[in-house]
Amino acid sequence: MAAVTVKRLWKEYGEQVVLENLNLEIADREFVTIVGASGCGKTTFLRMLLGVDKPTRGQLLIDGQPVPAEPGPDRGIVFQRYSLFPHLTVLQNLLLGPQFAGSRVIGRLFGAKQRAAREKADALLEAIGLHTARDKYPAQLSGGMQQRLSIAQSVICEPKILLLDEPFGALDPGITADMHAIVLKLWAMNRMTIFMISHDIKESFQLGTRLLVFDKRRHDPQSPEAYGATVTYDIPLKRTAA
Amino acid sequence: MPRLVNLQPSRGGALALGVLPFLILLAAYLLGSNARLAVNPDDKLLPSFSTLAHTIHTYAFEEDTRSGQVLLWADTWASLKRLLIALGISAAIGLAAGLTIGSIPYLRAVMAPFVAAVSMIPPLAILPVLFIVAGLGEVAKIALIVIGVAPIITRDLALRAAELPAEQLIKAQTLGASSWLLSTRIILPQLWPRLIDALRLNLGCAWLFLIAAEAIASTEGLGYRIFLVRRYLAMDVILPYVAWITLLAFGTDWLLRYTRAKLFPWAEVAR
Repeated sequence: MAAVTVKRLWKEYGEQVVLENLNLEIADREFVTIVGASGCGKTTFLRMLLGVDKPTRGQLLIDGQPVPAEPGPDRGIVFQRYSLFPHLTVLQNLLLGPQFAGSRVIGRLFGAKQRAAREKADALLEAIGLHTARDKYPAQLSGGMQQRLSIAQSVICEPKILLLDEPFGALDPGITADMHAIVLKLWAMNRMTIFMISHDIKESFQLGTRLLVFDKRRHDPQSPEAYGATVTYDIPLKRTAA
Repeated sequence: MPRLVNLQPSRGGALALGVLPFLILLAAYLLGSNARLAVNPDDKLLPSFSTLAHTIHTYAFEEDTRSGQVLLWADTWASLKRLLIALGISAAIGLAAGLTIGSIPYLRAVMAPFVAAVSMIPPLAILPVLFIVAGLGEVAKIALIVIGVAPIITRDLALRAAELPAEQLIKAQTLGASSWLLSTRIILPQLWPRLIDALRLNLGCAWLFLIAAEAIASTEGLGYRIFLVRRYLAMDVILPYVAWITLLAFGTDWLLRYTRAKLFPWAEVAR
């Protein structure tokens, strides 16, 4: 279960209002796509869900509980870049989550636990089409392969919420269709709520079950920082959770 | 006509071009040596190749009548032992301190300004202190190298740790990493290649400190020998010793580079 409740949420940095009076109810297993001009608080909203930024006022709840003040394995993240660990191979990158969960001291697994984690990782590698590249290092992968691996790396931890911050923003337009198919497949395989920021309106309509548009309602030309953005359009999309 | 920046030498060509400056240096030495010896057969400044060969044979293959040791090897062993112990200690301190400073903000607040200040102490200026406190034995010489090199390695590794993208560290936390696992499995492994780079860059400094310490208080060692025979203007000893030190340093550097490529292939790929 991962229903997200946002109540009268404000985020300010000093004088600058980034988000004002945000109110949302997001159901479990929703695929929320978020669009909006740059600098209108989309990433800030994601960072608050992640736990690296705190709301100035108001509430941000996951299943009725405030979001923890630190990132944790219940909330996965995929950034546009730099989400992989360059010193680990594809397989080792993927095994990191299970190793951290199963071994708090050395962060490595052995015996039956290791075999179980390997099987899970192998199945995921198959699903994202990276099973032939399992012993390569991230720097040897294409951008699309890196992002697929990064998504799988989060999914293997079975997070309640998956946060995607423009995951396909740096990729070739030609391969985004494959990426979409993989995201939808992983979403169907795991019970999780997804928040995805995108610059691509079409992609946002295709993938999401709910589309949020962040924008400013009011504008003060004399002091542009006086008003923050909020959700100006909240569009339920036809396709329901797979 | 292609631009100069686009002209590439072939492999053999590059090798020949690389050897060229060495040959020029050698030729210049020969010419100078011959010219000086023609004027004064007892000239000590640029000894002839035969004199050099004779001295090298004496130092490298014959036992010293007084000590019964083959001097070059005894000196080499004494110096290398000091250098390797000191570099090992420096690497251990640098890695531990750099990792801590780079990963734990509270410890960074405590340690970073101190390390920055200590790294600015000119090591040779406190060499007398070391001799007074630690005596004239091995400890003072090793300590001098460590004091000179460890703070630099520490700061370099702390910088490297700080360069790791914030996204990576956040991602690791979402995979369930504790502070400990973050340090040991994400940050530390990415510091190893940089540690080797830092050692390579500090080799020159380490030799400088070693020779300085040996010149002042020692009874054996490459630096000691050079400064001992300086009194007799024994260029036939000094020049081969300098060449030998250079060769040793070059070999160490090559070995470190090779080790880095073998142990951390991912760091080569990421370049």
